[in-house]
Amino acid sequence: MLFLYAVIVAASTAVLIFAGGMVTSTGSGLSVPDWPNTYGWFMWTFPLEKMVGGIFYEHTHRLIASTVGFLILVLAVWLWRAEPRAWVRRLGYIALAAVVTQGILGGITVLWYLPDPISIAHASLAEIVFCLTATIALVQSPAWKRGYRGTPVDDAVLNRVAATTTALIYLQILIGATMRHTDAGLAIPDFPYAFGHVLPPQWDPKIAIHFAHRVGALVVTCFLLATTGHVLYHHRSRRELVWPSAILLCLLPLQITLGALTVLTGKHYIINSLHVVTGASVLVTSLVLTLRAFRVRFAESGVPAYATAGGGPSKGGPHVSKVNGGPHTSEARA
Amino acid sequence: MAAIVKNLSVILVLALATACGGGQEKQDAASTPAAPAAVPIDPATVGSISGRITLEGTPPKADRIKTTSDPNCMAPVFTESFVTGDKGALQNVFVYVKDGLGNRTFPVPTEPVVLEQKNCTYVPHVLGVMAGQPVELRNSDPTLHNIHAVPEANREFNMGQPIQGMKQQHIFSAKEVMVPFKCDVHRWMSAFVGVLDHPFYAVTSKDGSFELKGLPPGTYTIEAVHEKLGRQTQTVTVEPKETKSDVSFMFKV
Repeated sequence: MLFLYAVIVAASTAVLIFAGGMVTSTGSGLSVPDWPNTYGWFMWTFPLEKMVGGIFYEHTHRLIASTVGFLILVLAVWLWRAEPRAWVRRLGYIALAAVVTQGILGGITVLWYLPDPISIAHASLAEIVFCLTATIALVQSPAWKRGYRGTPVDDAVLNRVAATTTALIYLQILIGATMRHTDAGLAIPDFPYAFGHVLPPQWDPKIAIHFAHRVGALVVTCFLLATTGHVLYHHRSRRELVWPSAILLCLLPLQITLGALTVLTGKHYIINSLHVVTGASVLVTSLVLTLRAFRVRFAESGVPAYATAGGGPSKGGPHVSKVNGGPHTSEARA
Repeated sequence: MAAIVKNLSVILVLALATACGGGQEKQDAASTPAAPAAVPIDPATVGSISGRITLEGTPPKADRIKTTSDPNCMAPVFTESFVTGDKGALQNVFVYVKDGLGNRTFPVPTEPVVLEQKNCTYVPHVLGVMAGQPVELRNSDPTLHNIHAVPEANREFNMGQPIQGMKQQHIFSAKEVMVPFKCDVHRWMSAFVGVLDHPFYAVTSKDGSFELKGLPPGTYTIEAVHEKLGRQTQTVTVEPKETKSDVSFMFKV
């Protein structure tokens, strides 16, 4: 039940990111000048018929945000009451603190007329909140708790490349958020070229940020292909690794296409917002793959690192599947 | 895992620190309220400058704006960047004395100038006001508006008017030509306000004409500002009691 709830919370966070993307894409961030009230009304009593123009996007974002905040509060309390693993409980508290901070950042950015650093921090922390809720959902899953079937994977190369890929995706999202909030999204108006050239013939800060995002996309693509290629070559029998890899291989071309269309359509607000939420999905999927690759290191007292074919805890010795990896075993650790 | 959780905590704290580190409001440029004229203007010698502003070339057609995002905005709304009349007359150009008044100071009117939100547009589209003089912002529409001014020398503000008939006043403290206004609820709405420390300004009418009255004799730099076509200046000398009626500007598109 807690697992299902955590999945719902993570999914609602993705919806919130999409709604936030719509606010920025439609330029509606300041259509409600006050905060936490809406034109003087308490947020939840604001009349529906007054949700016109930009208010529709901004106020909807606020309503979803406060709903997600409440859901995360319940999640944190639930974990505090029912979760035996201390670090998972801590994750719940951090998620709660993050979403509260996120709400405050959202309010500040409205009251201070969208200063770039605050807006970028707001966008960046949103991804962290999504990662936290997704991580909580992942570690609540029955498969994570009992351990994935088969010989545990402890592949140092996979660990390194997957973790690096996830970090690079986050960095790429930070650059994207900077581009978005400094209004550099169309600083290079063509695609795939830049002003008809491979390299921009002229430079200014906005062009540099925009071009950095394009280079970042190329780097992330290389790392994602390296990670998924490694999984499909060395661990093709491991469903817990193959599935996120397959999803990443679907999301990657989708995300690149959305990025290109964002430029070619002059930042159409729906395409732009889909680009934002797909980017977040790439990040979280890569995080899930990374955490599963590291699963053997999360083994705790009483919780097996892997399951036997029958699904129960193994009573056998510590068998480890290694590919250029160190001799890490699946023995339980606190 | 404890290390990961610890790192996440650090990221969170950093994000919060970033939030608390910026966002300070811009301060108004210092501008004291205008005192009575140090060098009184002799009404017997004042002259005036008038003329016409025209546009050469074919301006973009005034497109009807899609206003379906708010069902209360039923009246047709058209783009206002290029409003032209007969013989190339260009409306909504702000004309003012940019230089030549020396260190004279002028009394600030207490009567407010009105910027109205009507039929989901700002009326007028361009207006002038003196620093220290109130601008009355009115919502005459049966819908919500936010009035969002984005100046550079003055303080930015964003106020909401959710009820029809609401009025609020704002006073600009520093001269600035032009201060853009927008409404983030209705993205098509825009207005431009010229804020000056003297009363010698005008906005061209339908026939492109303007007039600056009551100018003391002197040599002045006159500037004409259009929201899309930029700025043009001319030097004009006004003799005592002279009416300069042939000052013209031509913008090209």
